[in-house]
Amino acid sequence: MDRHISLPLSDADALSLKAGDYVYLTGELYTARDAAHKRMYDALNEGKELPVDIKGQVVYYLGPTPARPGHVIGSAGPTTSSRMDKYAPRLLDLGLKGMVGKGKRTQEVIDAVVRNGAVYFAAVGGAGALLSKCIKKAEVVAYDDLGTEAIRRLQVENLPVIVVIDSAGTNLYATAADKWRK
Amino acid sequence: MRNIDVSEITAAVREMCIEVNHKLSPDMVGKLTDAREREESPLGRQILGQLIENMDIAREEMIPICQDTGMAVIFLEVGQDVHFTGGDIEDAVNQGVREGYTEGYLRKSVVRDPIDRVNTGDNTPAVIHYSIVHGEGVKITLAPKGFGSENMSRLFMLKPAQGIEGVKEAVIAAVADAGPNACPPMVVGVGVGGTFEKCALLAKKALTRNVNERSKIPYVAELEKELLEKINCLGLGPGGLGGRMTALNVAVETYPTHIAGLPVAVNICCHVNRHISREI
Ligand code: SF4
Repeated sequence: MDRHISLPLSDADALSLKAGDYVYLTGELYTARDAAHKRMYDALNEGKELPVDIKGQVVYYLGPTPARPGHVIGSAGPTTSSRMDKYAPRLLDLGLKGMVGKGKRTQEVIDAVVRNGAVYFAAVGGAGALLSKCIKKAEVVAYDDLGTEAIRRLQVENLPVIVVIDSAGTNLYATAADKWRK
Repeated sequence: MRNIDVSEITAAVREMCIEVNHKLSPDMVGKLTDAREREESPLGRQILGQLIENMDIAREEMIPICQDTGMAVIFLEVGQDVHFTGGDIEDAVNQGVREGYTEGYLRKSVVRDPIDRVNTGDNTPAVIHYSIVHGEGVKITLAPKGFGSENMSRLFMLKPAQGIEGVKEAVIAAVADAGPNACPPMVVGVGVGGTFEKCALLAKKALTRNVNERSKIPYVAELEKELLEKINCLGLGPGGLGGRMTALNVAVETYPTHIAGLPVAVNICCHVNRHISREI
């Protein structure tokens, strides 16, 4: 089913999304990938505050290419989510509502998605030029020294994603191939 | 003997870095277009359509095809009658990468140490493979490698008794395990034989081959076709979301090996299989 969803993601919207839904996201989300996740995780372990309030937010696993002059951002597709598996359950338990990336997640992440009524979306990997067109604003909000890996706040319009893991724990990757396997 | 100033190498590498990250080679474009025709899953067709649109935007608006503009892998074939002047060849190559990635607005994805992980800020150093060949020319092949797919690559030290069936099983297992992480449809480079490191290098080299070319060794060409067919029966499809087009091509390179061994390397690449060559 095609859905248009506004961000930040409401509890009701998160619960209503089903694995396999084709979704256009509009609103604000944050980028973070390996290095930013490690820093956030270390900060939590040291009892410090996170640099952004992630409650109710969606994080996009993205490290863009630098913007050319006059552009909002460079190429901006998803990176492989599994490298964030170690950190994701902790963030979900703190209120993170959604993740956009590509590729498989561990059972621990799936459990945390279910426990918190959250969603895991996939964007099409390797379509960074196309996806960059949906980004209307980008600003670095934390960890500027990390360059491409800094945390950015993005304003997106109709960012196309697919629900892979829904709040019921249905995992599209686990079943998608069955129909086409020979 | 021919003198070549290394600044020529720098200039070529610089241009190649920019070109290869914005424009896929015609053989890859053809394969993706063909895959969209052949894909049976509607969602798969939609994703392949997005990938084709993405390539057009990248080329026309100079936005990199993928945000992971890779670690620069360079094959440098140097004629034995060439004499480099004006500096160190390795520095010249890295200078080309530095200029290309900085001036071309490409992502800097290289860290100076695998454990302390501080970004070098200019995507250097490159990974350079030199070979000495006949003549007085230099051939540069650049293949920036994204790590979503690199991370799913595998090396197997099989027993000779496992034979060709063992090779097939290894390749299929690696591809099935890579699944959506490697941004399918993939291109699969396979090395068979040699030693541990030679085999991995063969697999990497296989990825730089034109995807419409088959091996010149008849049984290897058959193996390539059979593997492609088997992979496309896995059902993973574009984006790993189901479909027929899991791989666009399989290229296998072989080398003599030891009486006791059968190394098999599977270097997985995504549909953004970037490679470009230039002769100087
Ligand atoms: S695997 Fe390829 S297409 Fe996917 S993000 Fe990496 S470089 Fe891009």
